[in-house]
Amino acid sequence: MYTNRKTLITQAFSLNALQQQRALSLLSGDEAVAMAAIDAGVKLGTGYPGTPSTEILETFETLGGTAQWAPNEKVAIEVGIGVAFAGARALVTMKHVGLNVAADPLFTVAAIRLDGALIVASADDPGMASSQNEQDNRRYAQAAGVTMLEPSDSQEAYEFTLRAIEISERWQVPVLLRMTTRVCHSKTIVRRGTVAIPSPRPPHFEHDFPSRVMIPAYARPAHLRLRKTLSAIAAWNDKAGLNQLVPGSSSLGIITSGVAFQYVREAAPEASVLKVGVTYPLPIERMRAFAASVKRCLVIEEGDPYLVEAARSAGIAVEGKPEIFRFGELNSKRVRRILDCDSSPEPRPVPGKPPALCPGCPHRSVYTALKNLDCIVAGDIGCYSLGVLPPFEAMDTLVCMGAAIGVGLGLRHSLPLEEAKRVVSVLGDSTFVHSGITGLVEMVYNPPATGHLVLILDNGTTAMTGMQEHPGTGRTLAHAKTGKVVFEDLVRSLGIRNVHVVDPTQDPPKFQELIQTCLETPELSVVIARRDCLLATRSIREYERCNEQPTN
Amino acid sequence: MSSQPINVVIAGLGGQGVIKASDILADVAFSSGLDVKKSELHGMSQRGGSVSSDVRFGERVFSPMVPEGEADFLLVIAPDQVEVNAAALGQGGILIDPSQIDESSLTNKKSMNVALLGVLSLHLPFPVEAWTAALERNLPEKLREANLLSFSIGRAVAQTTGQPQ
Repeated sequence: MYTNRKTLITQAFSLNALQQQRALSLLSGDEAVAMAAIDAGVKLGTGYPGTPSTEILETFETLGGTAQWAPNEKVAIEVGIGVAFAGARALVTMKHVGLNVAADPLFTVAAIRLDGALIVASADDPGMASSQNEQDNRRYAQAAGVTMLEPSDSQEAYEFTLRAIEISERWQVPVLLRMTTRVCHSKTIVRRGTVAIPSPRPPHFEHDFPSRVMIPAYARPAHLRLRKTLSAIAAWNDKAGLNQLVPGSSSLGIITSGVAFQYVREAAPEASVLKVGVTYPLPIERMRAFAASVKRCLVIEEGDPYLVEAARSAGIAVEGKPEIFRFGELNSKRVRRILDCDSSPEPRPVPGKPPALCPGCPHRSVYTALKNLDCIVAGDIGCYSLGVLPPFEAMDTLVCMGAAIGVGLGLRHSLPLEEAKRVVSVLGDSTFVHSGITGLVEMVYNPPATGHLVLILDNGTTAMTGMQEHPGTGRTLAHAKTGKVVFEDLVRSLGIRNVHVVDPTQDPPKFQELIQTCLETPELSVVIARRDCLLATRSIREYERCNEQPTN
Repeated sequence: MSSQPINVVIAGLGGQGVIKASDILADVAFSSGLDVKKSELHGMSQRGGSVSSDVRFGERVFSPMVPEGEADFLLVIAPDQVEVNAAALGQGGILIDPSQIDESSLTNKKSMNVALLGVLSLHLPFPVEAWTAALERNLPEKLREANLLSFSIGRAVAQTTGQPQ
C-alpha cells in the first residue's frame, strides 16, 4: 500500500508546483487569521494571551500590524468596540474562557450599531489540551445574538476572517470567529488574496446617541433592530452564506461545521456533506432542504449538540451523535464510530509523561515552603498550576483566572480558626493583572477575622502561554518600553501594610519563615515572590538592553 | 477514490525539537508541491512533558491528525516515548528511534531530531536538496552547520543499514 502511494507522490513531485506556489504558504490557523487581518487593514489587534489563540496577535504584529495585549479580555473587547465606533477595523483575540470575562460588553455590543468592524476571535479547546473547561462558544453566539463564523482549516481561517469583516461592516454588527485547537494549531496550505473586500474607510466619529448609548429607552429599539438584522443575516445565509455542499451519495448526508468537516470527509468520502460556515444565525432552510435530499441525515459536530438541537427544534429530522462523543475532540476514527452507531467504550490512550515545573523554576521554592507549612492553597491558572502534581501536591483549588483571592477569602471566612489560618491565595503576575486586583479590593473591604495572605508569583512574564508581556513587565506586546504597573505600589495604595518583595530562591528557609510569619498575623499580607522565569531570563535581559539604548 | 496520504508521527519530550522536526518535514513536502497538513498540541509542551506532532502529505489531505494505527513512520526522539506512541504505527509501519544513531557522532547533541529526519529522508521520495533547503529555511544560521551534519549522519546510517522498500 505504501509503495503505491510513494509512486503517486513521486509523480506529484515531478510536476513540481513551484510556480503555482507563489501565493501559497503553509500556515497555522492563527497565522492565517493574522494574515487576513493584515490584508484587511485591521487598525488594531488586541486581546489576552490564551492557548490556542495567542499566536494570532503575535503574528499580526510580526507581519507589521499594530497589536497589543490588554490586561484581560473584557478590556480588550471594550477597546475593540471603541475602534469600531471610530469607523476602523478591530480584531480581538482570546481563548474560549476569555469570552466569559468579556461576556458583559459582548452581550450589549451585539445590539449596538457599529461603524467599523469588530471581529472577536475566540478559540475553543475541545479535549482541554490546555484549559480548565470544555465550553462550546457557539452557545455564546446564540445567547448574545452575535453572528458566528467557523473555519475548518487555515485557508478558511484566512477567508472567514475577511468575510467576518465584510459581514460586520455590511450589517454593522460584531462578529465572532470561532476557532478550535486543531484549527488554530494545525498548519495547512493557504492561498493568499482569494477574497477581496472593500478597503477600510478613514476613521471618523459621528454622534449617534440612540445607537450607541444603551440606556433602556434606546436599548429597547436596539434589541428589536438586532433581531431584524439577525433575520436578514439568516436569510442571506440561506441564500448565499458561506456554506459548502459536497455532492455525494443520496443515502447518506452529513451536516457539519468547523474542523469536524475534515474528519467527515476522511471517514465518509462517499457521503453528501453540507458544511455550514456561518453557524449563527443558521441557514435553517438550507439544512432542511439538504436533510430532505438524503435518506439518512446525520449531524456531526465537535462539542455540544448545538447544530443538532437547532435542526430538531426547526422540525428537521436528523440523527445526532451518542453522548460519549460530546467529550473530547473528534477525529476521523471517532466520526467513523458515530456513522456506525458504535458507542462501545473507546481504547484509552497510553498516558504520556506529564508536564512538570522546570528544574530550577522559582515556583519550586514557593511550593516547597507551602507544602512544609501544610498550607491550604487557593490556586490559580498558569505554569504554577503544576504545583498540584507530585512531588508538591500543594495546590488545593483552581477555578478560573483570578479566583485564587476570592476563593481563599471564602475559605478564611468559613473554616475553623486553626484551618483558616493556613489558607493562602497563590496567583501569578499576569493572572494578578488579569483579574486579581478586584480580589485584593475585596480583601481590603471584607477582611477575614484571621487576616489573609496573598502570594503573587511574579516571574516577569506570562510563562504558560509562551512568554507574553503584560502590564507588570513594563513592555508592550512587541517588547518595547511602556508604562509599568508596579505591584507593590499598587498593593500598598490599597492600604495593605504588610507587603514583602522577595526572591524565593535566594534563601528558601528564610522565605518559608516569612510565609509562616504572615500566616500567624491576623492582618492582611501580600508577598510578591519575584524571580524571572528561567526560560525567559535571557530574552528579558535582551529586551531591557534594547530598550535602554538611546533612540533618536 | 483519491490516494491516501503518507502519515508521519514525530514524538518526544518538550525541548527535544519535535515541533521543529515536523516543521522541517512539512516544509519539504510543501515545497515539493504536495498537499500537507501538520498538527500538534501546544501549551504544556514546554514543561518537559510528552509532545507529538503529526505530518500528513499527499495529493489531498483532510484531517490534520494521523488516525491511530495508521502511521507509516513513527519517529521518536526520546527512547522512553516509543511505548507511549507505539499505537500510532500501522502494520508494516517503520519505527525510527535514537538507537539507530551513535549519539557521540553528533556535534550538537540537541540535533538528534534532525539526525532522525536524516534516517527518514531515505524512505521518502524527496531529493536531498529539498531537505537541505528546508533545514536552512527552518534553522537559525548558527545551528545550520551542526544540523546539516546530523542530517547527513542519519541519512548515511539509513544507507548502510539497508534500503527501504
